[in-house]
Amino acid sequence: MRLISGSHVHEKILAVILCVSLVVLSLLSDKFMTVENILNQGRLIAEIGLVALPMTLIIVTGGIDLAVGSILGLSAIVLGITWKNLGLPLGAAMFSAVLAGVCAGLFNGYLVTRMRVPPLITTLATLALFRGIAEGLSQARSVRGYPEWFFFLGQGEILGVPVQLLILLAAIAAFWFLLARTVLGRSLYAIGNNEVAARYSGIAVDRIKLMIYGLSGMLAGLAGVVFVSRVSTTRSDMGSGLELDVIAAVVLGGTSIFGGRGTIVGTVLGFVLIGLLKNGLALTGVKGDATIVVIGLVLILSILASNLLERRNE
Amino acid sequence: MAARQVSGARQGLNHVLFSQEMALVIALLSLFIVVGLINERFVAERNVMSILMAHAYIAVAAIGMSMVIVTGNIDISVGSLIGVLAAVSGTIATQGHPVWVAWTVPILLAMLISGSLGILVAYCRIPSIVASLGYLSILKGGLIIWTGGAWISDLPDAFGLALFRPLGIPTPIWFMVLLTVAAAYWMRNSRLGRSFYAVGGNAEAARLAGMSPQRLVATVFVINGFFVGIAGVLFATQLKVIQTTVPPYLELTIITASVVGGVSILGGTGTVVGSTLAAVLLAAIGSALIFINVSPFWVRATYGCLILATVLFDLHRRRLQRFRL
Repeated sequence: MRLISGSHVHEKILAVILCVSLVVLSLLSDKFMTVENILNQGRLIAEIGLVALPMTLIIVTGGIDLAVGSILGLSAIVLGITWKNLGLPLGAAMFSAVLAGVCAGLFNGYLVTRMRVPPLITTLATLALFRGIAEGLSQARSVRGYPEWFFFLGQGEILGVPVQLLILLAAIAAFWFLLARTVLGRSLYAIGNNEVAARYSGIAVDRIKLMIYGLSGMLAGLAGVVFVSRVSTTRSDMGSGLELDVIAAVVLGGTSIFGGRGTIVGTVLGFVLIGLLKNGLALTGVKGDATIVVIGLVLILSILASNLLERRNE
Repeated sequence: MAARQVSGARQGLNHVLFSQEMALVIALLSLFIVVGLINERFVAERNVMSILMAHAYIAVAAIGMSMVIVTGNIDISVGSLIGVLAAVSGTIATQGHPVWVAWTVPILLAMLISGSLGILVAYCRIPSIVASLGYLSILKGGLIIWTGGAWISDLPDAFGLALFRPLGIPTPIWFMVLLTVAAAYWMRNSRLGRSFYAVGGNAEAARLAGMSPQRLVATVFVINGFFVGIAGVLFATQLKVIQTTVPPYLELTIITASVVGGVSILGGTGTVVGSTLAAVLLAAIGSALIFINVSPFWVRATYGCLILATVLFDLHRRRLQRFRL
């Protein structure tokens, strides 16, 4: 009983669910628990994971970013266009893709902090706007024919580990440190718990918010480049619906949608669990898109469970 | 006393002139005049009717969405629910049941599903954005498992509710207009309608005034289910076949209509007349871009700009009002 009381209740519940599903899935399919499959899953998890990390920071401050999927798509298109149509070297095109992500994120941050538009509305509008710009720029033409070295990012491996998984691990370490071990991280919780109080205690609320929305755009841009490298082509509908997977992962990981509570460890557990469930179910013969039913159920049930436990602990 | 009444009347007039609804009417009229001058086929009755017919179900769904947002909640599962309802409706019709069964069962089902979502939000305290995100996944995935994405065809002729034209006007337009007028009147004058505003404005104050915020929130989701159900049936019956996939970004278009229509995402304000006008405006803009030879790939970017412009305009106006007070 001590296991389900005390701190980090939600993370513990999640870890238990994760273990149970690992056991069940490996019993259901002998292809599941193979090194090859697990590493391969790392490739698919990476994009969701990269975007989920800054999303955790944003939700901890009580905000939300619905535009991440569209920023990913926009960055992918910027990559394709600057390389193919403008003739920039691919390295510069990759840089401009991430830069486009940063600009898009900062634009969100600007609307939220300076114009005081609620984050839900801001990013709902820019979800349409950024996806619209991506569609308008690409005119539904896809870009292909990237040089071989570019695919290293999304298809290559170092010592047998997929490259994007290493990028993700580095990002996890950085975001964990940022949120759990720095003054900035503590300020994020303060903003999420009581923004006015945070402001009065001298925290530069607006600057911090602007920064984390920019960070969110940057990682969405990076995820876009990784995405293009993984699938070898650029299309304007890339990353549509990503925001829902990412928010599901973050909330599943125990971050309160009202702000003030959440950890990077929880988020990592969240997106790993989502990735494993999708993969494991696909291996046991459930049709690809249908696996999202389980994600929806897990999302609702996990929050119900932690709400109940919390009420009992009180 | 008399002076106060006069200023009250003037304020009422100001209220109408500078309301979101009036702004939308002006935007709609100028859109039709400007684009009509460039290409007169845009204002032809045929085109106007087809714009209204194809998008009326979005306006109907936006009525329910506006009520949900007025109480300070949101429902992002409506797009997926409409997809599921269309498939349910079509399946019932092709199995030889009377068409009225195929029309009413989806509405009841929607009220049931939406109602259960409302219970999760109101009584189990799961934030509406998270709970409806879960429902979105479940409904969307469930639809794929159930139908495998196959199209439903061979629908009986009598099933095409949205294709009828009583008194020469297509049924979707009847539904849109009548439901908007009825819902607007009801929101303004009924006890329940008023209490939705009260809960959205200040749930704690509403509770102290003797209302039950939990029961009201659960109720508003059931009512939303009613409108989503009708939207689902209109969507299912507007073509001779039903594609059993969830239309992409449908929930966003519906939420956009509510927000552009002046419903504050913070709860407490907004009207369903505004959301219907906004749904028509969005549809008209999509069509207008084609008539002035702008690539349809720019439609979504235009919607994005429109939401931003509306919200910024609205915030600016509120700040001015506060300044005047």
